[in-house]
Amino acid sequence: MSKLHVTTTVNGDEVEYLCDPRETLLDCLRDKLNLTGAKEGCGTGDCGACSVTVDGRLVCSCLMLGVEAEGKQIETVEGIADGDVLHPLQKKFIEYAALQCGICTPGILVAAKSLLEKNPDPTEEEARYWLAGNLCRCTGYDKIIRAVMDTAAELREAS
Amino acid sequence: MDYHSPASFAEASALAINATGITRFLAGGTDVLVQLRSELVTPDTLIDIKKINGVHDITRNSDGSWTLGVAATGAEMSDHPELGLDWPGVVEAMDLIGSTQVQGRATLTGNLCNGSPAADSVPAMVAAGVTVTITGPEGVRDMAVEDIPTGPGKTALAKGEVISAINIPARGENGGDAYLRFIPRTEMDIAVVGVGVNLRLDGDTITEARVSLGAVAPTVLLVDDAARAIIGTTLDDAALDALAAAASGACNPIDDKRGTIAFRTEVAGVLAKRTAKIAYARAKGEQA
Repeated sequence: MSKLHVTTTVNGDEVEYLCDPRETLLDCLRDKLNLTGAKEGCGTGDCGACSVTVDGRLVCSCLMLGVEAEGKQIETVEGIADGDVLHPLQKKFIEYAALQCGICTPGILVAAKSLLEKNPDPTEEEARYWLAGNLCRCTGYDKIIRAVMDTAAELREAS
Repeated sequence: MDYHSPASFAEASALAINATGITRFLAGGTDVLVQLRSELVTPDTLIDIKKINGVHDITRNSDGSWTLGVAATGAEMSDHPELGLDWPGVVEAMDLIGSTQVQGRATLTGNLCNGSPAADSVPAMVAAGVTVTITGPEGVRDMAVEDIPTGPGKTALAKGEVISAINIPARGENGGDAYLRFIPRTEMDIAVVGVGVNLRLDGDTITEARVSLGAVAPTVLLVDDAARAIIGTTLDDAALDALAAAASGACNPIDDKRGTIAFRTEVAGVLAKRTAKIAYARAKGEQA
């Protein structure tokens, strides 16, 4: 079958691509739009390394087809920083050394940002449950959770 | 693989009827895409039902019953301000499935049609008395959720039939529902045993009850004996013991590394007691 034409919005920019209906949104982001922040860890929705938001909802981009993105608003890790100015979450992740190999980090940043937009004052338990779908094999999660909780506190003070 | 996004369920049904080879309907895709990517099931025809009007709607009808669109996600159900007040067991069961990311896509309809005996939302729907509306070549009909699964990965839906709505009854007065599952971890796992209980009280006495079990038989079970064990009682210790015995007695589980036959059978009884206590407390208007 011929490829399908998709028009969607990624990080505020309207983009177009042609895709095979079997290709996932993750394939399309990485291979057609060169947005390689989202990673393929498992490809089956278990690890969260491919996390993006679609119309404001956190999803695994490996569990969504590229054709399903038609007319949607997609946000990826590439849209988190404002130009050269890092988002507070990104600064805290560096400050706390909340990453080692870094493969899970883009997905965790997207998921954590989504959490703080929905709940600016999460308990540690809420943060841990929200991020349960983001696997990290290096850090043991402690520094990640501390970075998220401290970012939440900082954003609350700033607002 | 042909991809279609019809504008109506009648059109979706017609596409499925005329398709050859393997056909799959695509709602949240959290099972269909995993099967596609792992080459377990490669559909020849994929019919995305999310472009149909109203499929994300969660509506309370004038009689107090609820109609859920087939693409309403777990996240949308949990975020709804009132659905979880009426049917906390159904909403919590759906919320147990997968991660936050999976909740952003997964649906009740998909959980049901995937046909897993361990599907978390299905026992809760069975206990709640949920029905589904099916659109097919012969028109539209309703079917009870417990009649949909016919075996692991199999459903009673015929070629060309597609679920077009989820219908949850009116909660009514003095009722409560609950769902509990056993998993070896704290989160992100598949049920080893699941129990749904829905009941109604007159004073302290249970007048109506439905008890369902998941992951202990080839399909989710509606266990009439377990309901009879608590109807007419105040959920005293004798009733709870009879409930546990009936629940364990209904089990016909598999033996695997996640739980032996003996373990699943025992746990079904224990969980049935705990679930019934929560449903009872909710029917009394207590926090549970």
